[in-house]
Amino acid sequence: MPAPIRLRELIRTIRTARTQAEEREMIQKECAAIRSSFREEDNTYRCRNVAKLLYMHMLGYPAHFGQLECLKLIASQKFTDKRIGYLGAMLLLDERQDVHLLMTNCIKNDLNHSTQYVQGLALCTLGCMGSSEMCRDLAGEVEKLLKTSNSYLRKKAALCAVHVIRKVPELMEMFLPATKNLLNEKNHGVLHTSVVLLTEMCERSPDMLAHFRKLVPQLVRILKNLIMSGYSPEHDVSGISDPFLQVRILRLLRILGRNDDDSSEAMNDILAQVATNTETSKNVGNAILYETVLTIMDIKSESGLRVLAINILGRFLLNNDKNIRYVALTSLLKTVQTDHNAVQRHRSTIVDCLKDLDVSIKRRAMELSFALVNGNNVRGMMKELLYFLDSCEPEFKADCASGIFLAAEKYAPSKRWHIDTIMRVLTTAGSYVRDDAVPNLIQLITNSVEMHAYTVQRLYKAILGDYSQQPLVQVASWCVGEYGDLLVSGQCEEEEPIQVTEDEVLDILESVLISNMSASVTRGYALTAIMKLSTRFTCTVNRIKKVVSIYGSSIDVELQQRAVEYNALFKKYDHMRPALLERMPVMEKVTTNGPTEIVQTNGETEPAVLETKPPPSGLQPASQANDLLDLLGGSDITPVIPTAPTSKPASAGGELLDLLGDLNLTGIPSITAYNKNGLKIDFTFERSNTNPSVTVITIQASNSTELDMTDFVFQAAVPKTFQLQLLSPSSSVIPAFNSGTITQVIKVLNPQKQQLRMRIKLTYNHKGSAMQDLAEVNNFPAQSWQ
Amino acid sequence: MIKFFLMVNKQGQTRLSRYYEHVEINKRTILEAEVIKNCLSRSKDQCSFIEYKDFKLVYRQYAALFVVVGINETENEMAVYELIHNFVEVLDKYFSRVVSETLYLL
Repeated sequence: MPAPIRLRELIRTIRTARTQAEEREMIQKECAAIRSSFREEDNTYRCRNVAKLLYMHMLGYPAHFGQLECLKLIASQKFTDKRIGYLGAMLLLDERQDVHLLMTNCIKNDLNHSTQYVQGLALCTLGCMGSSEMCRDLAGEVEKLLKTSNSYLRKKAALCAVHVIRKVPELMEMFLPATKNLLNEKNHGVLHTSVVLLTEMCERSPDMLAHFRKLVPQLVRILKNLIMSGYSPEHDVSGISDPFLQVRILRLLRILGRNDDDSSEAMNDILAQVATNTETSKNVGNAILYETVLTIMDIKSESGLRVLAINILGRFLLNNDKNIRYVALTSLLKTVQTDHNAVQRHRSTIVDCLKDLDVSIKRRAMELSFALVNGNNVRGMMKELLYFLDSCEPEFKADCASGIFLAAEKYAPSKRWHIDTIMRVLTTAGSYVRDDAVPNLIQLITNSVEMHAYTVQRLYKAILGDYSQQPLVQVASWCVGEYGDLLVSGQCEEEEPIQVTEDEVLDILESVLISNMSASVTRGYALTAIMKLSTRFTCTVNRIKKVVSIYGSSIDVELQQRAVEYNALFKKYDHMRPALLERMPVMEKVTTNGPTEIVQTNGETEPAVLETKPPPSGLQPASQANDLLDLLGGSDITPVIPTAPTSKPASAGGELLDLLGDLNLTGIPSITAYNKNGLKIDFTFERSNTNPSVTVITIQASNSTELDMTDFVFQAAVPKTFQLQLLSPSSSVIPAFNSGTITQVIKVLNPQKQQLRMRIKLTYNHKGSAMQDLAEVNNFPAQSWQ
Repeated sequence: MIKFFLMVNKQGQTRLSRYYEHVEINKRTILEAEVIKNCLSRSKDQCSFIEYKDFKLVYRQYAALFVVVGINETENEMAVYELIHNFVEVLDKYFSRVVSETLYLL
C-alpha cells in the first residue's frame, strides 16, 4: 500500500475542490484510506494520518474513530508522535468519552518525564480536557511541578492548576503553599499565569480572597516596575511593557480591593499613576486605561480618583476610534447609577453618539440616554430621543418606545407635553409599542381630565389617515368611544377645533372593524367604542344598533359575544344602557412596573354570562344594583357577583366622593342614612378590634314631627357578600320633637372588604296611618368597610 | 474567558478553529458560518466588538482573513483585540514570509 499522503498534500487537494460535494467526496476517500491504515496498525504513518484526521475534524467532519489512535500515539516514545497524540486528545477527547480515562497513566508518566517539553505537553493536555477524576489523580503531580524552578514548566503548571481548581474546587487548599513564591519570579510568563491562578482562587473562595489581600503591596510593586522600567524588547508591545500582564494585575487588584478599605487605599497611588502616565495614542494604552477605570469604579476609591476615571471615559467618548467609544459607553452605563452627576457632564457627547452609524454604539448610547434623563433636561433629551426613534432600526424601536414612555411618565413637565410625546411615539413607532403600554396610556389619558378634548381630537386625526398601527388604533378607538361627544361638539381649547360629525366618527370606527389589518383585540376595542357612542351621540343611534346587530353573527367568537350582549342591551335592558355606558371614572394605578391592571368589575347583567370581561370593555358595574334588588323581594334577575375585587367603582347613577381624600383621623365619621318626613336615621361606626372585617353600626332614629312614631321596625339588607346581624332595638317608639331616639346595633361582616351598601326598610305608625319606606344607603365612609 | 478562537476567510471557510468549551461538531459549522456573516456585514468604520447571543465577538481583519475571538463579559475587549494582533505577529515571526504569502492566498 503506498505511503499515505502528507497533511500538506491533503490541504492542497481539498482547496482545489470547487463545490461542497466535491470536498466531501475527497474527504470521504481520504477517511477510508486512513481507516484501513489504522486497521493495519501501521506505526510509521500513524502520526501523519492522525494529523490529517484532525484537519478534517476542524472542517466539521466526524473523526471519532481516531480517538484510540491518539492514545496509541501518546504511549509511543517518539516526541513527534506524542505531540500529535496529545493534540488529538485535546481536540477529539473530552470527559464525555469513556476512552479518556485510559490516558491518565500516560499523562502521569509523562509528567515525570526527563524532557521538559514532554512534561509541558502533558500539562497542557491535562489543563485542557482533564476530567474531575483525572484531576484528582494527578493534582499532586501538578502541585509538585508548580514548585519547580524551571519557569517553562512552572507557567504551564499554574495554568493546569487553574483547570484543576475549576473541575474540583475542593483541591484549592492543596495549591495554597505553592503560591507563596509565585510572585517572586522574574519571568513574565510565570508572573502572568500566577496572577491568573490567584485570580481564579480569589473568585472562588472568600477565604482565599482574605488570605491573598496581603499580596496587594507586592502586586503594586510589580505593576510599578512594569510602568517605570525602560524599553524591554522581550515584552514590548507598541511602546508599552507587557500590557497583558498589566491588565491582569489590574483585574486582580480590582477583585482584592472590592469592599476593602485598606487594600483600596494601598492601590490609590498606583492607579492614579497608571491613569496619568499611560500613553493613549495607541490602542494598547487605551486597553490599560479601560481596565484601570473599571478597577477604580469597583473598589472603594477616593472621589478624586473617581472623577479622574470618569474624565478618562469622557475623553474616550471624543476619540475617533469606534472601539474606544463603545468601551466608554459600556463603562459609563455601569457607573451612571453611582456617579450620576459626573456622567451628566458628558451628556451632549452621549446624545451625539445616538447618530453614530454603528449599531452597538447606538444601542449603548440609547440606554445611557435613558439613564441620564432627569427633570431638568427632559424636554431636550426627549426631542433627541424622538428624533432617534424616527430614524433608528426596527430592532431598537420597541425598547426606545418603552424607554420614552417610562421617562415621560416620570419627568413630564406638563400634561399636554406628555400627551404630545405619547402621540408622537404612537404615530412614528405605533406598531412596535409593547402591548402593555396600551392600558398604561389609556389610564394616563383618563387621568388628565382637562386634556380629554384635545387628546381625542389629536387621536382622531391620527387614525383618519392610517389605521394600521394596532396600539395607536386601540388607544384611539377607546378614546373616541369615551369622549366622542367632546369630539363632535368641537370644544377643544388647546388646538383649533375640527368639525366632525357623528357619522364621520362612526365611519372611521366601522372601517377599523372591517379592515383586514385590524387585530382581533383592536376590533373588540372598536366595537365597544361604537357601543359607548350610542349614549354619547344623539342622532345616529339607529346606525349603531345596525352595526352591533351585524356583528352578532361574526365568525370571531369574541366579537360575536360582545355584539350579542350589546344587542340585548338595546333590546331588553335599554333602561340600563345610559348607566352602564357612563363615562369611566379616574382609574387607580395598581402597579408601576409591568402591565397595569385596570381593575374594575364588569357588570354585565346577562343571566347567561357569569364571567368577567377583559378590561378594554370598561362598562359600569351594575351588579351591585342587582345584588340588592332581589333581597327585598324585588325583580327576578339573578344577581351577578363581581369576582374581581373592586377598586373604586362608581355606583350607577352618581359618583362617590373621593372618600380617601377626607380621612378623618379621629374616627370614622357618622352619616345620615335617611332623612324624610321628619324621620332621621343616623349611623355611627366602629370597627371591631378583634375582627377587622366586622363593622359595628349603631343607628339612631329620631323624629322631628309633632307626633310620635310607634311600632317602628327597622330592617336592613346588604349585598350577598356581606353578613348582617341585627340586635334588638332599644324600643319601638320614637318620641316626637327629637326628644328621644331609638338605638339599634347592626353588625356587618365584610370579609371581602367590599364597598358597604345597604337597603333599609322602615315601617312605623304615624298620625294614625301605617307608613313604609324603602331607601338605599350609599354614603358609607371608606373607613367603615376598608 | 475566551470561548473560542477562529480564523475564517471571506468565503466562510475555516482555516483554524479552537474551542475552549464543548460545542457539538455540527453546531460548530453553524456557529462559524453565522459569525463570519456578522463580521462580513460590518463596514470599516464600525467598531470591532459585536454582541452576539449571550457573548461578545472581537474580530480583526487581515487581508482576506478574519480572526474572530468569542469572549464572555469578564474579558477586557480591547486587551483581546491587542491579543489577536500579537498572535498574528507571532505567526509572522515564527513562519516569516510564509504567513504573509499564505494570508493573501487564504
